[in-house]
Amino acid sequence: MAPSEIAHQDPPVATPTKRIVNDFSIQIATVNGSGSQTANLVLLRSIFGMGVPVSGKNMFPSNIAGLPTWFTIRANKDGYIARKAGIDLLVAMNAETAREDVLSLDSGASVVYDQPLKLDTLRNDLVFYPVPFDELVAGICKDAKLRRLVRNMIYDGVLANLLDINRSQMEKALSKQLGAKPKAVELNKGALDAGFKFADENLEKRDGMTIEQMDAVSGLVLVEGNTAAALGAMMAGVTVVTWYPITPSSSLCETLIEYLKKYRIDKETGKATFAVVQAEDEIAALGMAIGAGWAGARSMTSTSGPGISLMGEFAGLGYYAEVPAVIFDVQRVGPSTGLPTRTAQGDVLTTAFLSHGDTRHLMLFPASVGECYSMAIEAFDLAERFQTPIFVMSDLDLGMNTWMSKAFEYPDKPLDRGKVLTKETLERIGKFGRYRDVDGDGITYRSRPGDGMPASFCRGSGHNEWAQYSERPEDYEKNIDRLARKFETARNWMPAPVVEINRKASIGVIAFGTTHWAIVECRDQLLAEADMQTSYYRVCSYPFRAALASFIERYERVYVVEQNRDAQMLSLIKLDMPVELMRRLRSVLHYSGLPIDARTITDSILLQEGYRVEKTGAEVPRKRSAGVGGE
Amino acid sequence: MATVTPSESRKKVNRIGLESKEYRGGKTTLCAGCGHNAISERIIGACYEMGVDPTMVVKLSGIGCSSKSPAYFLGESHGFNTVHGRMPSVGTGALLANQKLIALGVSGDGDTGAIGVGQFVHLMRRNLPIIYIIEDNGCYGLTKGQFSPTADLGSTKKTGVVNDLPPIDTCALAVELGATFVARSFSGDKKQLLAILKAALSHRGTAMIDVLSPCVTFNDHEGSTKSYSYAKDHDDPLEDISFVPFFEDISVDYEAGTTQAVSMHDGSTLYLTKLEEDYDPLDKLQALRVLTETRRRGEFATGLIYVEPDRDDFLTMLNIVDEPLADLSEDRVRPPKAALDEIVESLR
Repeated sequence: MAPSEIAHQDPPVATPTKRIVNDFSIQIATVNGSGSQTANLVLLRSIFGMGVPVSGKNMFPSNIAGLPTWFTIRANKDGYIARKAGIDLLVAMNAETAREDVLSLDSGASVVYDQPLKLDTLRNDLVFYPVPFDELVAGICKDAKLRRLVRNMIYDGVLANLLDINRSQMEKALSKQLGAKPKAVELNKGALDAGFKFADENLEKRDGMTIEQMDAVSGLVLVEGNTAAALGAMMAGVTVVTWYPITPSSSLCETLIEYLKKYRIDKETGKATFAVVQAEDEIAALGMAIGAGWAGARSMTSTSGPGISLMGEFAGLGYYAEVPAVIFDVQRVGPSTGLPTRTAQGDVLTTAFLSHGDTRHLMLFPASVGECYSMAIEAFDLAERFQTPIFVMSDLDLGMNTWMSKAFEYPDKPLDRGKVLTKETLERIGKFGRYRDVDGDGITYRSRPGDGMPASFCRGSGHNEWAQYSERPEDYEKNIDRLARKFETARNWMPAPVVEINRKASIGVIAFGTTHWAIVECRDQLLAEADMQTSYYRVCSYPFRAALASFIERYERVYVVEQNRDAQMLSLIKLDMPVELMRRLRSVLHYSGLPIDARTITDSILLQEGYRVEKTGAEVPRKRSAGVGGE
Repeated sequence: MATVTPSESRKKVNRIGLESKEYRGGKTTLCAGCGHNAISERIIGACYEMGVDPTMVVKLSGIGCSSKSPAYFLGESHGFNTVHGRMPSVGTGALLANQKLIALGVSGDGDTGAIGVGQFVHLMRRNLPIIYIIEDNGCYGLTKGQFSPTADLGSTKKTGVVNDLPPIDTCALAVELGATFVARSFSGDKKQLLAILKAALSHRGTAMIDVLSPCVTFNDHEGSTKSYSYAKDHDDPLEDISFVPFFEDISVDYEAGTTQAVSMHDGSTLYLTKLEEDYDPLDKLQALRVLTETRRRGEFATGLIYVEPDRDDFLTMLNIVDEPLADLSEDRVRPPKAALDEIVESLR
């Protein structure tokens, strides 16, 4: 979408006519608030319904209505679902951005567009499919007021024809999207039919793209990360949810609220087994979660970068006073207000150390919606086991886009409430000290108000083992050292990394979160284009496991790939490594706000490995000439 | 000659069988003569006399001299000394987790009126069942005497610096925001403060009490409008409060104007005896007027300024189950497999 640098075009290029099956990106450029989301999701589901792996990424503005929005569907038979930089088929519905949208396409791409925009005059190396949307919608919708809502569905019909998308799958997807509203379904079906009919009778297919039935997604569902996290939180038995709205986190709590209202009402009394409070700000939201955690409830909040900044003080209190709470950070572009509707992984360092003084926090890094679900469940156990705040580091790409996932599994472990003081424990240890390490793991026992056990005083000020206020140097040091010991204990309780050791690998690659999807594709590209073998370590949590150092030790060069400017994860890893391993780490960075793509990573690694990389417009991977190679 | 053997003298206990000393806390580290110490003594007295179960009390505070005081009363109760100005949110969370707890929050005028004014506002709106005490000395004692937002216009610091911003009247603010129990007292007025605290313990909702508590070190000097001498000269009690807890089964019939009976949520009744001003604590406009007028005269209206006993408290509005959320067993908080399957099916 950037202003095009492709100003100079070669003389007419023959458009490729070889068939491209289940391997292209469709981008729909519309205006937000125009009902395009329904049409886009129907399209996504139709392709998914034909058994083809898909991803759908929404690029929307920080606005309610009227500004440009782009929805990109990638269909890929090999399961590569990360963003692809090049667009193969553009649906241009927004007059304001149409020119720029067309100019930024690679040669040979196709364009379905609103006929009056006359986009075919802009270039002669693309395939144009003009569609008279206004005329068509007038034909199927008598009520002028409703036309706005169905106009977009027409392009679904057009694409069904152009790409051989199964009509019944499309109708099934439509019913799913608008299921509860039969009149809307009927109207939209009319739009689908009109679009299909027009394309069938008027458009000559001049490109090779097609969708073919396959069987790669059997048993999978389509769901957003925030929905998965909400589901996980409910299955984890969360009872107190205190939150403040912020893009892109709001839908996590909003979805959770809907689930709770449906599945957590006591059948006998009709009363809720949960409490939800929309606090006055993020500070209060975390304060409430901490108060609830202190009093023994499973509590949580959800936010994004700006909220994390606000929560700093309470995060430090939670760490030092040792109170559990779960915080979801659905990361977006910072710093400051940043780009509220763009994705990033830029809160890693802030959150690891959130608050002044020697503070350190547990973090989980989900890479899929499946992990949003499972790590949400784990987070509550870990928060209570380690009596500390824990941060689930999702991001906008994961939280707000639609991803394929295996069906969620019912948790197989009971809730772990951690070291809660009981009569038996009290007898065993003799005298209760809230901050007294009796087991040697750095984790102490806690009692909760009203549980009949001895009370204690919780405070953010310096304290001794008996939770009394203390300024004594030895008390302070002993306590803060124990907190470090507790953090060390956590190392082996955190989710294990996902590691692929390739015996032929010359380099290692480290990544986390949604970067994973681009890594999968990148590793295949490196192999295909430069015969470069890689091993891959996906970080799932902080503190890191011991395996991380072992992994780095295997290779002379290890690339840490992440979506922020300052190599935050690489920096965090460095802190844990001896000098010899530190120097092996190299960065691959992407921070435009768009989800990272494989090509960016591949080119960066190739360059750093000494290869010459040609920058071409075409997205066709080609063998790069091996330059100096290696070092 | 009749003799009384000390060993035979009966130990005085309250209705749940506890002695007064079991409501005490640690030794105070506040300055000798600090008003906050007197308030702590009244809290001990009120909890003892009302037969409050200390194991169900949670003591909450922010940061400041006032916020240190919870360590000096109710040693058997859980306490949480939180962060500056943010105790309301922590208290809210604690009560969400366990609505059976009796919450007692201690704050200061800086903790509430400056950094905490935002959380104070929303706490008053929510009507969370908590006793919220502002130990108000018009200065930041712990950081050596800077002005706080309740410091009166024209009051001076020890160094001679004059405050030139109008004060925040936390009582007027609370009334305006919808607080259901607003009172003011003075740390040196033993009878009145004790009565107000006992009434607060019976109120189901937020009981906000502004207690003028002169700082002996930084604010108790000529020119401060919160010094002992100033308050004693300008104190303006609104009415005589005799609180009659229902379990003591005493009823008082007081002539001299009309007697206003106010029902509290636990079934007990608060009786107000009207003095010549004919004061009605149920009248919000009257409350605001009295607060403004007394303020104008350089006085402090003390007593129960406003009360609204019938509003639902925050927890009731949430319609949670009777058992504390913190205590719910796994089968009550983890939906069955069928629920998960249903959700997954809906995603297909």
